[in-house]
Amino acid sequence: MLPALAFYALSAVAIAAAFMVIAARNPVHSVMFLITTFFSAAGLFILMGAEFLALLLVMVYVGAVAVLFLFVVMMLDVDFAEMKKGFLQNLPVGAIVAVILLTEMILVGAASLSGEATSVQPAAEGVSNIRALGDVLYTEYAFFFEAVGLILLVAMIGAIVLTLRSRDGVKRQNISDQIARTREDGVELVDVEPNQGIG
Amino acid sequence: MEVFGIELSWLAVKIIQMLLFVVVLLISLAFLLLMDRKVWAAVQMRRGPNVVGAFGLLQSFADFLKFVFKEMIIPAGSDKILFILAPIITLVTAFGAWAVIPVAPGWVISNINLGILYVLAISSLGVYGIIIGGWASNSKYPFLGALRSTAQMVSYEVSIGFILITVLLLVGSLNMTDIVNAQAGGFWNWHAFMLDFSDPKSLILFPIMLYMFILFFISALAETNRPPFDLPEAESELVAGYQVEYSSTAYLLFMVGEYLNIVLMCSLSALLFLGGWHAPIDTSFQILPPFFWFAIKVVFMFFMFAMVKAIVPRYRYDQLMRLGWKVFLPVSLAAIVFVSSYVVFWGRPAVNLVGAGS
Repeated sequence: MLPALAFYALSAVAIAAAFMVIAARNPVHSVMFLITTFFSAAGLFILMGAEFLALLLVMVYVGAVAVLFLFVVMMLDVDFAEMKKGFLQNLPVGAIVAVILLTEMILVGAASLSGEATSVQPAAEGVSNIRALGDVLYTEYAFFFEAVGLILLVAMIGAIVLTLRSRDGVKRQNISDQIARTREDGVELVDVEPNQGIG
Repeated sequence: MEVFGIELSWLAVKIIQMLLFVVVLLISLAFLLLMDRKVWAAVQMRRGPNVVGAFGLLQSFADFLKFVFKEMIIPAGSDKILFILAPIITLVTAFGAWAVIPVAPGWVISNINLGILYVLAISSLGVYGIIIGGWASNSKYPFLGALRSTAQMVSYEVSIGFILITVLLLVGSLNMTDIVNAQAGGFWNWHAFMLDFSDPKSLILFPIMLYMFILFFISALAETNRPPFDLPEAESELVAGYQVEYSSTAYLLFMVGEYLNIVLMCSLSALLFLGGWHAPIDTSFQILPPFFWFAIKVVFMFFMFAMVKAIVPRYRYDQLMRLGWKVFLPVSLAAIVFVSSYVVFWGRPAVNLVGAGS
């Protein structure tokens, strides 16, 4: 009874918030609704018994990725009139993409429902979530795991390379110099005679 | 009696536990706030608050009342819903993390297997209160403060996560109670001072874990926006950072949430590195209850926070970022590699690595 109620409540919130992500006028509100969606998805994970994934979702997506989203969206000076101008021109392209996505989703759903039921092997009793994941992630799928890590590394380096530019005449902090400064370097005690001033 | 498949007596016990946690936390917070100000005053050779109640003991309560009875001003250009939501988010996430903190054997609301991960997840949400508060104010200073604090908290969360992993590797569990129990027996078993001479190989961990403890303390300072890392509310530059537009109860919620996070970080370092509720020497002080030891460690850590606030000048922002990404991150990563190789090759005789939260 209670799990079913929780499931319906969480899914309803997730769908409504996901709708509001695209419907909200203010981009910051959109990100807030996106966060609500993430949160509801984490709740759904917990209902399925995947606590580790749920907490990871909250930690990575809500705690880091969405914060950076918010960061970027807040700093962008978005002109809404400008953005809405091209709406009708881009509508056909958007509609085609949406239709393709919808067809794919229906196909996948229908195929998984009509095919013979593949039973997922549940982990042995008493083995916690995180251990069960770790057991396969670092043995069976170690290669894929490391490949994903490499791809992320490449993406990171790519982003740095794209934004890196060297200019002349830029003043840079030299941290070791700053740390190595002593009191004698920075402060000079001058004993000034009255009515003389500093020569 | 059951409602929706939940035992009513269990529900009642849990609700009473939560209320107890909230009430005890709020009351102790009032006195910790006073202690903060008193320590600060003593360092500067002042008296600190000494008018309300004996020795100023009731000063915090007077402040609370004053906050509540003031008028709450909502700026005309602000985003009203988010403006009010922000302090609530801060307070709720600050309280939420306490659900898995064990303060004595069995004294915990929810003893879940992934306790540490839960604390990390919830405390990473605290940043929303700040960034939303800064943005919704629709004002320059709060916005700059919010941006600063977001970058700072996200950066230091990374190194805190890595430092926690070294502890988790030694214990082999994410359950808070397991982590504390792994440090039983005396202060030489605490993760901050690994000085178990009966196992000479484990002595190699002593410098690393002590260093991790210091790193955790500094990261906690940065994570909670305490001096010397209080750049989000640097008075000389940003007035009061993200809180500029807040008044009365909303400001009170921000402040209580901030201090709750500080106490949470203190209790985390007590649980993870200083043996939680275990006495420094196992046999001699059994008359004192375990909660006393936990409380004294938390108060000691809070005293350290207050002392740092009193005696250390504020960092520059680029230095702060450099410290987080170029010093703490590589060092804690290296420590993870080292500790995990130790666990793999030499093992930990004291703890059987049965897996996370058996």
